[in-house]
Amino acid sequence: MERIPILKMGKFLLVTIQVDMYDRLALTLENDLVTMIRKVEARGVLIDISAVSIVDSFMGRILGNIASMSKILDAETVVVGMQPAVAITLVELGLPLEGVYTALDVEKGMKLLNDKLTLEEEEADWETEEEDDRPE
Amino acid sequence: MKTATSELLQKKKKEILEQWTKNQLANTTLREDLMSNEDLRQQSDELLDSFLKAIKKGNYENIDAKEYEPVVEMLGGISISRAQQGFSARETGLFVFSLKKAFINVLTQEVKDNEELVSAVITLDNLIDELGVIVFETFIKGREEVILRQTQEINEISTPVIRVWDGILALPIIGTLDSARTQVVMENLLQEIVNTGSSIAILDISGVPAVDSLVAQHLIKTVNATRLMGAECVISGIRSEIAQTIVHLGIDLSQIQTKASLAAALKYSFGLLQLDVKKRERKSIA
Amino acid sequence: MIVLNKEKLAITREQDVVFFRQRLKEFAVKIGMSVLNQTKLITAASELVRNMLKYGGGGEILIEAITKTPHAGIRVTFADNGPGIVDIKKAMTDGYSTGKSLGLGLPGAKRLVNEFEIESEVGKGTTVKIIRWKNGL
Repeated sequence: MERIPILKMGKFLLVTIQVDMYDRLALTLENDLVTMIRKVEARGVLIDISAVSIVDSFMGRILGNIASMSKILDAETVVVGMQPAVAITLVELGLPLEGVYTALDVEKGMKLLNDKLTLEEEEADWETEEEDDRPE
Repeated sequence: MKTATSELLQKKKKEILEQWTKNQLANTTLREDLMSNEDLRQQSDELLDSFLKAIKKGNYENIDAKEYEPVVEMLGGISISRAQQGFSARETGLFVFSLKKAFINVLTQEVKDNEELVSAVITLDNLIDELGVIVFETFIKGREEVILRQTQEINEISTPVIRVWDGILALPIIGTLDSARTQVVMENLLQEIVNTGSSIAILDISGVPAVDSLVAQHLIKTVNATRLMGAECVISGIRSEIAQTIVHLGIDLSQIQTKASLAAALKYSFGLLQLDVKKRERKSIA
Repeated sequence: MIVLNKEKLAITREQDVVFFRQRLKEFAVKIGMSVLNQTKLITAASELVRNMLKYGGGGEILIEAITKTPHAGIRVTFADNGPGIVDIKKAMTDGYSTGKSLGLGLPGAKRLVNEFEIESEVGKGTTVKIIRWKNGL
């Protein structure tokens, strides 16, 4: 059965969708991706949809699910390369796509993920600093 | 009676054409600037021929029938071309109705029996009215096509997307923002974002006369679509009346960054891109 | 209205959907529809064909290239013999779903097309007809 390949890039996972997604394929992807995130303890997921010309409410829900499931496993999801026609149609369709970050391309997407991770580390540092400052 | 009428009109064709053309030329609203008298005469001649041919079959009621096809087509063509040339609806309608006058005049002269006359006049009257309706329908359609074409042209021209800086686009929106226009704005903007790899779009609405809930919806849609492309939107050029209207209408713009002027929006955008604009230090010449 | 070209497709399983989307795109491209209008049309159709499979048990789709001077457009009719929709008005509101979906299918599809007609009879089936004009207006 067809499977969409998932690439590992450091602590991120990259998925490039290049075929016309039908429902079962999308559900398999959701499953495979979340399993892989857990397995390698990935911190970020990039989903490249630059070759996807149709995103309907089902696909939108899958993307939303992936983002939510990844978040639980401590990974952020960025959808990159959305085609203009798709963006306009999604807005008209009324798809919220909550919790899904977006970027123009893979490069920008990686930068976004890295920035988020750096921010997280900094916040963690402040918290430990505060603890150290407490009086004995 | 019907065949008699048809034969009579055919016999008197020349006279009818004369009268008809005279009626048209006598019309004070005649547009000699748009059509020469020669062309008018020729058009009338052709139409009259076609009409007389059609009524030969004896059908005075059903203009959807085959024998009327050439008449309807010709009328439609004349009507659309007049709409596109700038004739008014009245001028175009009179083209057909002055023919009616000519017919009735001839009938009144030639038919001696009153009953026959009344019957013939009523039949012809109804028939020409049907044709008149076609003229108006096609006229309106012709006008609508002109409007549609012009609207599309306006949409194309009036939504330029300007690269004000690396990664920053500015869109001065001029005129009303309806749904057709919004589509064009969104398409152009998003395509430019892809082309330039920009991450910020400034929508300046100082040229938008009024912002109601519908327009606000269009703006919000544009912002959302931009966000899906991984870019951020700033709305600038908000006049004080618009700010008041927005609050009075209960429109929620809290999710969108708004600035009063394009300059302020630009400054904000520089900040987002972590850029500083500094004044140069003047080195004194000793 | 004149029908320039038409094709009927049977939808019984998921794989049929991919073929349907491709055929629909071909029809749209043939009348010179812009990419944005194509996307809206096919996305709307995608929602409706999913409904047909999920709730209607499959059915038939009729794709027609039509003209209504001076506009050219694509009309798609979805017909199933499923259980039908109990409350059409409710079904047309955003967020309402009898399955576990987002409930955007019907109202969303309506927003993406120029003309939308729906008929349904409980126990008999549902028919949805949509038209997207070439210039999107």
